[in-house]
Amino acid sequence: MILTQQLILGVLVGGLYGLAAAGLSLTFGVLRVLNVAHGELLMLGGYGTFWLFTLWQIDPFLSLLGVGPAMFALGLLLYWALFQFVVKAHEEARIKNSLLIGFGLTLVLHALAIQFWTADERAVTTAYAGAVIRVGGFAIPLLRLSSLMFAFVILAALQLFLAKTRWGRAIRATAEDWEAAALMGIPVGRTYLLAFALGTALAGIAGGLVSISYSISPSIGIEWTLKALIVIVLAGLGSLFGSFAGGILLGLAEAMSVVFLGGPYREVVGLILFLMVLLVRPQGLFGARG
Amino acid sequence: MKLILAGIALAAGFAALPLITARNDLLNLGVQIFLSVVLAQSWNLLGGYAGQINLGHAAFFGLGALVTRMLWVSGVPLIPSLASGALTAMAFGCLIGVPAFRLRGAYFAIGTLGLAEILRITIGNLLPEISTIPAVALASYSIVPRYYLTLALAILCVAVVAALVPSRVGLGIRAVREDEAAAEASGVGAVRHKLLAFAVSTALAGLAGGAFAYYHVSYYPQHTFSPGWTFDAVLMSFIGGIGTVHGPVLGALFYVILKEVLAIRWVEFHLIIFGVLFILVVLFLPGGLVEAWDRARRLFRT
Repeated sequence: MILTQQLILGVLVGGLYGLAAAGLSLTFGVLRVLNVAHGELLMLGGYGTFWLFTLWQIDPFLSLLGVGPAMFALGLLLYWALFQFVVKAHEEARIKNSLLIGFGLTLVLHALAIQFWTADERAVTTAYAGAVIRVGGFAIPLLRLSSLMFAFVILAALQLFLAKTRWGRAIRATAEDWEAAALMGIPVGRTYLLAFALGTALAGIAGGLVSISYSISPSIGIEWTLKALIVIVLAGLGSLFGSFAGGILLGLAEAMSVVFLGGPYREVVGLILFLMVLLVRPQGLFGARG
Repeated sequence: MKLILAGIALAAGFAALPLITARNDLLNLGVQIFLSVVLAQSWNLLGGYAGQINLGHAAFFGLGALVTRMLWVSGVPLIPSLASGALTAMAFGCLIGVPAFRLRGAYFAIGTLGLAEILRITIGNLLPEISTIPAVALASYSIVPRYYLTLALAILCVAVVAALVPSRVGLGIRAVREDEAAAEASGVGAVRHKLLAFAVSTALAGLAGGAFAYYHVSYYPQHTFSPGWTFDAVLMSFIGGIGTVHGPVLGALFYVILKEVLAIRWVEFHLIIFGVLFILVVLFLPGGLVEAWDRARRLFRT
């Protein structure tokens, strides 16, 4: 009974893990850079939704239509200002430098968020915040369910974009082999720019959903970066729905740990899974290529 | 040679400070500088010389603090407590080092970050209560012995790294950083050298943690495991100049003093400045302050 209820909540939060991971996996898979500030970008998206709601009473789901593009623009800016310098290096230096730059960005965004919004926990509380759907004795919070579905729709739309459009194909080709892509006349630089901005937008939308159904504070960044990394390690790179499924898997694993080990160890389970997978595949996520 | 003399002069100046002034704020600032020097220098040994980005440095600082604090508070004399803390940190380092060094580059970084977070959360759950020095010890608390202990640790730490770097082993460590395959081909065992650097680095971090446990009156045990300690060490090393002995010392001085100056008006504001500075260093000035200084000097000489 309790287990089933927890598993339901696990699936609901897992969808958001999946969305957060999808953004990171897009930038990681295409640019081969590891932006550890991904969680902080998510946090910014959350505050964007929070602001639109508290300042202008804009419905949070509607506000994501503004937050997404705004974060896309921020992604363009960040790529232009920082990450374009990183992708010039060869593969190993790329990951290492991007890790360091992401780390610096983490500190800056975290400190800025404290200046702007204080260190308090915030959440968007709408009129329908407490609504619950009851199914056979189990409670499903309406907001979290809507967030999960919203996340799924976003990923489906992105999948369609990657599969059907010219730019989508350019992104996939670059992810596969950027040198070959460049030889085929694909503007690799602009493809990187687009992929990075899309990843940032995904982080922002995930953050908006987090602020709607959970809560945000300036320090959530590292936690969400780790969640996204765990999902990527579990699910691998290259498939958006793989990330989504991996996220739900992590949500379920956490739910089990809450039931069997108690709430405080919830964060530990994912990290242990993460370390175990890393140890089995020490060569990293790109197989023998690196 | 000049650098050694400058280092000795700096250490002598710091050693004389408590004789000149009894101002607690200055002595506390000194303790922070010395602890930061140990943290940054120990990180630099692995991060700068061996080229392995350890994002879990706080775990070793925390372990050293935890063990030292527990032993010392329960009546064990200070020096054995500190040594046990350092040994625990080192033993843990060696234990995880063997599997962790199978991970390359960024995976080592995120792996150690994950590991430190596991420890932080677990310690927070197991020891949720604040740790305070017992009343007896508190009555006789004085800043001066803490000042000299941390100063001695900072000198020890810099001396160890300075002695290790030009040695045969130190050359091996740097060879592994430059090109692992080439080092292996020349008979320099990569894993062995990385492990050695890691062992010394974690032992020193454990010592810093132990000194922190001796210095701080009350804190939550989880606090010493917080990623902030790692971040500080990384920032100070990079801004000062990784892969040099004097870089992290400069970085620590610069970081702690500027942080103190800024904290008067804006708490946390220093992280914005240092974060930006750090990004700029990574992108445009990989040698940090040390490189900036060298460049400036060359500019004026011509």
